[in-house]
Amino acid sequence: MEIKATAHKFGDNINTDDIIPARYLNTYDPKELARHCMEGADEEFVRKLGHPSARGHCIVAGKNFGCGSSREQAPLAIKGADISCVIAESFARIFYRNAINIGLPILESERASKRIDSGDEILIDLNRGKVTNLSKKENYKVQPFPEFIQEIIRAGGLMNYAKEKLKRKRLNP
Amino acid sequence: MGMTIAEKILARHCGKKSVAPGAFIEAKVDIALGNDVTAPLAIEEFRKVGGNKVFDADRVVLVPDHFTPNKDVKSAEQCQILRNFAREQGLRHYYEVGRVGIEHALLPEEGIVLPGDLVVGADSHTCTYGALGAFACGVGSTDLAFAMLTGKCWFRVPQTIKFVYKGKLNKWVSGKDLILYTIGDIGVDGALYKVMEFTGPIIKRLTMADRLTMCNMAVEAGAKSGIIEPDGETIEYIEARAERPYETIHGEKSARYARVVEYNCNKIEPQVAFPPLPSNTKPISSVGDISIDQVVIGSCTNGRIEDLRISAQVLKGRRVHPRVRLIIIPATPKIYREALSEGLLETFIDAGAVISAPTCGPCLGGHMGVLAEGEKAVATTNRNFTGRMGHPKAEIYLSNPAIAAASAIAGKITSPEAL
Repeated sequence: MEIKATAHKFGDNINTDDIIPARYLNTYDPKELARHCMEGADEEFVRKLGHPSARGHCIVAGKNFGCGSSREQAPLAIKGADISCVIAESFARIFYRNAINIGLPILESERASKRIDSGDEILIDLNRGKVTNLSKKENYKVQPFPEFIQEIIRAGGLMNYAKEKLKRKRLNP
Repeated sequence: MGMTIAEKILARHCGKKSVAPGAFIEAKVDIALGNDVTAPLAIEEFRKVGGNKVFDADRVVLVPDHFTPNKDVKSAEQCQILRNFAREQGLRHYYEVGRVGIEHALLPEEGIVLPGDLVVGADSHTCTYGALGAFACGVGSTDLAFAMLTGKCWFRVPQTIKFVYKGKLNKWVSGKDLILYTIGDIGVDGALYKVMEFTGPIIKRLTMADRLTMCNMAVEAGAKSGIIEPDGETIEYIEARAERPYETIHGEKSARYARVVEYNCNKIEPQVAFPPLPSNTKPISSVGDISIDQVVIGSCTNGRIEDLRISAQVLKGRRVHPRVRLIIIPATPKIYREALSEGLLETFIDAGAVISAPTCGPCLGGHMGVLAEGEKAVATTNRNFTGRMGHPKAEIYLSNPAIAAASAIAGKITSPEAL
């Protein structure tokens, strides 16, 4: 799958209160959450996205993206805002699993995180694990997902993976 | 190669003789936990894949503690989802207001989590239970749905960092200060994807309350979990409350660690974490002159009876500064009742504090004491991120309960020594 997106750059240690402040956690509707996506880090972020366009948007951040609470509302808010991918130098572990489990594409790359600036046009090839910066004409290597995680992604998220396993179990008890 | 306690618990729960860091496993969980923020989504995911029955009605635990007593209609509806699900599934561990406490204080108190257990909770501070010699980690709502359905969860076996605490503890220094000092040293991603194992002569002498506080904040260094090997102190605590049989697990001498870090506690003062990160720590002697508007004593980090006792010790016979609002939140009804019978509540009220129902409340800016623009608060909670306790331009300073109580009296951040 190829994604073309405009980069929005953030720093290190963007926490889940930055991504979706706790006062909005009385819901888990992705569209409602999306209205406040990244509000703690940049109040203007949702306005900057403007109308969803074909080329989409991606978030590029530094170290430890998504640290803090376990709230799955964080990746849901990002997904709900039609952000097509998050690239970071590293992710906090609960955010990492939540993103995989709900099918939000995330990529770890130190160089991409350091080199990409806000406004850069990015081409992301999820299958090959390749990120191209069209604005700067550079390529970045990305850590490929381990086989186990690729299996969850192929199934379309953790619950679909569970469903497939349950079905298999019923067929071959 | 030997295994650490964390590796041994994980190996046992996936039916293997041994596991090594980096391996992906699917392991059986002993307890799957959710709260009013995370469980509604998990319940929806559970139903979406056609889930009818949870894997074990005794081992799925639902604790509506974040926005309770319900702060608004939407929160009330989230809690209703938990309530209906708990009734339908016949869950043994579901708690209504009046019986509900902050989950990570409640589960150990009730003897629900035991040494050797593998626990997943859709709450990042699930790592608290490592203090009981269990492997416990925070997961998301979809993970919880998967665990409720299958009784399992996927893990990548983490490496362990060993922290050794030596020397002696200075006055007013508690488990909270040791963990703040440690996070200040290694940073908020200093233990990313890893287990923090707390060891050494100082840890051996810590109360369970202090050990729970330390493991509670492991996640603030990015860790998957904090863990402490069970000893006599653990067994005494557990024996008084275990609701089922258990087996203690210990690491092997030949276990391999990613790193070993040693601290000389003689040099550690009470710590204050400045906004906006728990790693932004300073010793109390170099905090400077910071006036405050509010103090919160409570949370899954420091809302236990020991924390209330030390707060009362500092507050006894004194008055809260006229400019300051002191909010005290006993973490569970049992702690509330103990504080009542020990006369602590009277001390708090006489000092001019307000006592809240058990709730996570202001810790995550939910209710019961959110901050206005420009206000400053000292809190015994675990996170001081921007906007965490209300307005994005409010400031949160993290400390132990003694420093928090002393600061409420002085109207600025201070040590009980300076009163």
